Amino acid sequence: MAAEGSRMKVTINDGLTIVTLADQRILDEVSIAKIGDEIESLIKDQLSPRLIIDFTNVTNMSSSALGMLITVHKRIREKNGTLVLCHIQPAIAEIFKITRLDEIFTISTTVDVASEVAQL
Amino acid sequence: MINFVTGEHLLKKIIIDSDLDQARQLEEQMLVDVAQHGFSEAEVFAIKLALEEAFANAIKHGNSYDAAKKVQIEYKVDSTQASFCIADDGPGFKPCAVPDPTVDENLEVTSGRGLMLMRAYMDEVSYNDRGNCVHLVKRRQIADEVA
Repeated sequence: MAAEGSRMKVTINDGLTIVTLADQRILDEVSIAKIGDEIESLIKDQLSPRLIIDFTNVTNMSSSALGMLITVHKRIREKNGTLVLCHIQPAIAEIFKITRLDEIFTISTTVDVASEVAQL
Repeated sequence: MINFVTGEHLLKKIIIDSDLDQARQLEEQMLVDVAQHGFSEAEVFAIKLALEEAFANAIKHGNSYDAAKKVQIEYKVDSTQASFCIADDGPGFKPCAVPDPTVDENLEVTSGRGLMLMRAYMDEVSYNDRGNCVHLVKRRQIADEVA
């Protein structure tokens, strides 16, 4: 499931929303805002959203993208939901580590592991 | 519009509009140049990340996307290092006034990580006194080649 022109693939299964980011590069403001808006529209009507963001395709990310993820994280936390990031490539993982955002986000290796974490 | 002016000693000077697409186009050309000088994949990644942040700062924060304002780039790449100066037409800022995004109270602030990422990935990051021109240097790790 994905809206026309969407930058993500969305799968909803058993109350779990899995977002696979389509772009290799999450860099420019317009794309980042669009991703943020799409995720917001996915979770806005959920009481306690359980969301997985799959970074399989992502090879480059900017600080603006980190800001968008923090906004999503806060939004889900406000709703007592769960956000898990997964399939983060080593170079991107390093960005999370340098910025200490690996201490804020729950990060799993695979979608399956992330699903288990999100179901807890 | 991108204007290429080749100066002396392989220093390249370019002026672009306050346009992220133009910046990205130029960035790709610069990264090809960097790769052709033997920089590793990890070093190219680091430079790309730093250039992305520098251009975003210049165009978004410095020039406020003002079409009348330009971004001036000077860069030089050789087999030992790549250096870039990216200047905008904005008023400048004080880098020391940017809060540290890695301290506990700022961890969930949504902005302010561009400068720290540039510092983390480049060997040198400095600004002119006005704060509208950033100078980035990445030195090539030649030891890998010897080993």
